[in-house]
Amino acid sequence: MKIAVCLNHVPDTASKISVGQDNQSIDTSGVTFVVNPYDEFAVEEALKTKEKVGGDTVVISLGNDNNKESIKKALAMGVDNAVLLKTNEIYDSLSVAKILANEIKTQNAEIVFFGKQSVDYDNGAVGQMCAELLGYNSVSVVVGLEINGNKVRAEREIEGGREIVETELPVVITTQKGLNEPRYASLKGIMAAKKKIIDEKIPENCSNYTETISMKKPPAKQPGRIIGTDATAVPELIRLLKEEVKVI
Amino acid sequence: MANKILVFLEQRDGQIKKSSYEVSAAAWKVSKDLNAEVEGVVIGSEVENPNIVGNYGLKKVYHIKNEQLANYSSSAYTDILIDLIKSIDSQIIIFSATSMGKDLAPRIAAKLDCGIVNDVIDWKVDNSEIIATRPVYAGKALTDVKIKSDKKIFTLRPNVFKAEKITEQAATIEIKKVDNPNLRTKVIEIIKSDTKLDVAEADIIVSGGRGVKAPENFKLIEELADLLGAATGASRAVVDAGWRPHSEQVGQTGKTVSPTLYIALGISGAIQHLAGMRSSKYIVAINKDKDAPIFQVADYGIVGDLFEIVPAMIEEIKKIKNS
Repeated sequence: MKIAVCLNHVPDTASKISVGQDNQSIDTSGVTFVVNPYDEFAVEEALKTKEKVGGDTVVISLGNDNNKESIKKALAMGVDNAVLLKTNEIYDSLSVAKILANEIKTQNAEIVFFGKQSVDYDNGAVGQMCAELLGYNSVSVVVGLEINGNKVRAEREIEGGREIVETELPVVITTQKGLNEPRYASLKGIMAAKKKIIDEKIPENCSNYTETISMKKPPAKQPGRIIGTDATAVPELIRLLKEEVKVI
Repeated sequence: MANKILVFLEQRDGQIKKSSYEVSAAAWKVSKDLNAEVEGVVIGSEVENPNIVGNYGLKKVYHIKNEQLANYSSSAYTDILIDLIKSIDSQIIIFSATSMGKDLAPRIAAKLDCGIVNDVIDWKVDNSEIIATRPVYAGKALTDVKIKSDKKIFTLRPNVFKAEKITEQAATIEIKKVDNPNLRTKVIEIIKSDTKLDVAEADIIVSGGRGVKAPENFKLIEELADLLGAATGASRAVVDAGWRPHSEQVGQTGKTVSPTLYIALGISGAIQHLAGMRSSKYIVAINKDKDAPIFQVADYGIVGDLFEIVPAMIEEIKKIKNS
């Protein structure tokens, strides 16, 4: 069984974001990049799945040389192989999905994990798109997963609860926090990762389906007022909630 | 040829969701500038009064009916929508950015080979084109985006667009029966969580952070939330500590919310938390630390001990409710 996990390299969520000179993308200077947090659950689930059903794991990432840092983290956690689809382009969801789907096909992976969304563009679409392009089944925002032979039973988070979904391989699963606890890379893992070779490929050029016209910071919120410093301020707060906010 | 907009109306338990009315009203608004017709589609078994969406500007609703489609099936819903989109030749397809909409819409986009813009929070028509505004980096920045492909898909963030009635007219319903839907992937069961309200859908959220000090102290947060008819939210710190379920987490690795009122109790306001809630209409913060970043975004703040202030709030609200 070939198990693939797609990985993105994104600004740390603790980063301040400022808009770049082009007014279309962010200014990356001084920004720390990390493994997309949701992709860590994807890597962990790929490793757990391999431990259960056997086979080989491969991490696939689209981006420039900087992505190698995150790829190495996945290798150190225990992923067997790695592919970097090398580009400096900023692609939109469907273009990314097409490039990744091609590679997943080349890899002949039957179980594919993605984080439920990348915390940069937050579109949350690539996993399901890949599934459609490949003719695979998919379950998104997964917080529980069992794979038995060909059968897949997944729990996905929905508003106010969970859906239990049944499907079959081949499948794309997008992972949500709560699915597992990503392991730390062991020293042995880190050493082994150093020896692993990242297979670098140049993907075919894609043209985007969407165009970013501009990027801007959200309007700054004016700091409000401090009503008080103890419980004596409460009647005034409640009055405001009643008369200004009109929720009581 | 007039453009045609198709709105996906989401039903759960046979009820069309409020967010679908929001999408209908928003679609009707842009349709005027695009000189387009707006129609709706609902997939399910029995659906209660789908003709009501007429009030929000939809002239016609296709009800794709089969009792096996009462619950969501990504495979069946995808096939059915693709067939309908092709047969009525709609160019713009709009969903609500709910867990169902966000699962389904990307599959439709991939199948139609067209662009998609998710989580739209505002839009306008410029030169006969929709320019959509969507947050990126969990709202730390906003982008204006347009779709270049002929067919276009948008999902609109719930709770942002207003579901305004524009007429008393009902929509006409065309029932289409489907045989043998493709149920390769299907929901076999829905487990409702104990919490009554989900932060993603709530109009008021009462959130607690590390300042709440212990998991059992969340009783106080819940009591205030119940009194206000609010959902209970949580910061990443208390979710990571296992005090609260992840479904309550607000922030960049949790849910991005924009309720009418967000009450932050004992939450300092880390960047990733502010990103997830700063678009709330009103923000109230109660924190001991006067320098906590949460006060930078709060409309009203009390610098003080939440264990003293929250019980006083509960008492004061009860007084008002009983009077």
